[in-house]
Amino acid sequence: MNFEFIQKVIPMYVKAAYVTLYVGFLGIMLAVIIGLICCFISYFRVKGLNRIIKIYIELSRNTPLLVQIFFLYFGLPQLGLKLSGTVCGVIGLGFLGGSYFSESFRSGLEAVSKSQIETGLSIGLNRWQLIRYVILPQAFSISIPQIAANFIFLLKETSILAAIAIPELVFTAKTLIGLYYKTNEALLLLTAGYLVLILPFSIIFRILERRVRHAEFGS
Amino acid sequence: MEASKEVLLNIKNLHKNFGDRGVLKGIDLVLHKGEVLVILGPSGCGKSTLLRCVNGLEKTNQGDIIFQGKSIYDKDIKMREIRQKIGMVFQSYDLFAHMTVIENILLGPMKSQKREKEEVLALARMLLEKVGLGDRENSYPRELSGGQKQRVAIVRSLCMNPDIILFDEVTAALDPEMVREVLEVILNLAKQGMTMMIVTHEMNFAKSVADRIIFMDEGVIVEESSPTEFFENPKTERAKQFLNKFEY
Repeated sequence: MNFEFIQKVIPMYVKAAYVTLYVGFLGIMLAVIIGLICCFISYFRVKGLNRIIKIYIELSRNTPLLVQIFFLYFGLPQLGLKLSGTVCGVIGLGFLGGSYFSESFRSGLEAVSKSQIETGLSIGLNRWQLIRYVILPQAFSISIPQIAANFIFLLKETSILAAIAIPELVFTAKTLIGLYYKTNEALLLLTAGYLVLILPFSIIFRILERRVRHAEFGS
Repeated sequence: MEASKEVLLNIKNLHKNFGDRGVLKGIDLVLHKGEVLVILGPSGCGKSTLLRCVNGLEKTNQGDIIFQGKSIYDKDIKMREIRQKIGMVFQSYDLFAHMTVIENILLGPMKSQKREKEEVLALARMLLEKVGLGDRENSYPRELSGGQKQRVAIVRSLCMNPDIILFDEVTAALDPEMVREVLEVILNLAKQGMTMMIVTHEMNFAKSVADRIIFMDEGVIVEESSPTEFFENPKTERAKQFLNKFEY
């Protein structure tokens, strides 16, 4: 193990970690927005759109992210639309994650029982109040473990984006191995990099879960 | 308390179908202010559906429900406002699991009726005290027993200051030893003159709380009489059969 080398390349890993976070966050945000839109459309069974959403969800969940970003990065330019690697990465994560978030939001919404909704109606709440005070808080506390899992899953999926030359962690490690043949050091730093990056989120989510679910499920 | 002559609720020729099957086949019913009406009948006779119709939770196919002189199906009437005057307590209590007892109770009065917090809070505490749960206002539903939850659900309904409360088999999901604590609360309400429509399978309770009994079977009212008459001298063969099943 060459510690001098490790010391020298650590700043590059820090930079790569920043890229991973940056692309990951934007992608996850896009995924959450797509997920919210899709889940409301399928929960309220909006006519016409409902079917399109179903096709999207199957397409997104049953094709690998690698193929999805290849389509964006290599396929679209042939149709005359050229996007930068980062934009392709963000859209790719959003496209993949949107269906996962949609399904977890929807399972939360559908787990709120009909009788809770009827009780809300029977105390005179209007539609919006019913959603705001009865349905959403319960749906959220039911689906938060899934939301956390999706978040971490998508953050890890950024590693695929090395394939389209986004200078995130995996890409950086591969480049260093190619240049210096220091495979052990590069891979060790890569593992450590992901751990340092993702472990805090796992802990934060665990605390958040406990707080959000305290009312319904106790500790 | 004597029921007054003021008509609160008038149900006229009400029909309700689930698909091809008629669940209510022409119900006519008048309820006066201060009256306690108990609806009895075998499972599937339509008694719960009838209550749900009164609260607008079920669409009906024919007939009318007149509440305080106006049809609840009138285009100018907002169901939401009707529901603030018609309380309903369900078999499954259905407290909102993410809210404490007091939050559960305050939600309706503050959000849908826009009343002052101080006033509702004082009322809520007084009522909680009355049902023996004065010390539980900050508990979550999961920390309460079934009987306690059901008493909270009754207080939640009462805090809306309804003109009538509908009780849909509110003790059916409770352990036997908890049934009493809930029924006593309802009995006290009856003494205070609350107008109520009660669906129950507790025959002794029905006997002591009811001003009038309605016996339903297969979507129609088979018999309507005073509690003593109904239990001691049922007029129809169907009612006799039904009552026999409760004797061992």
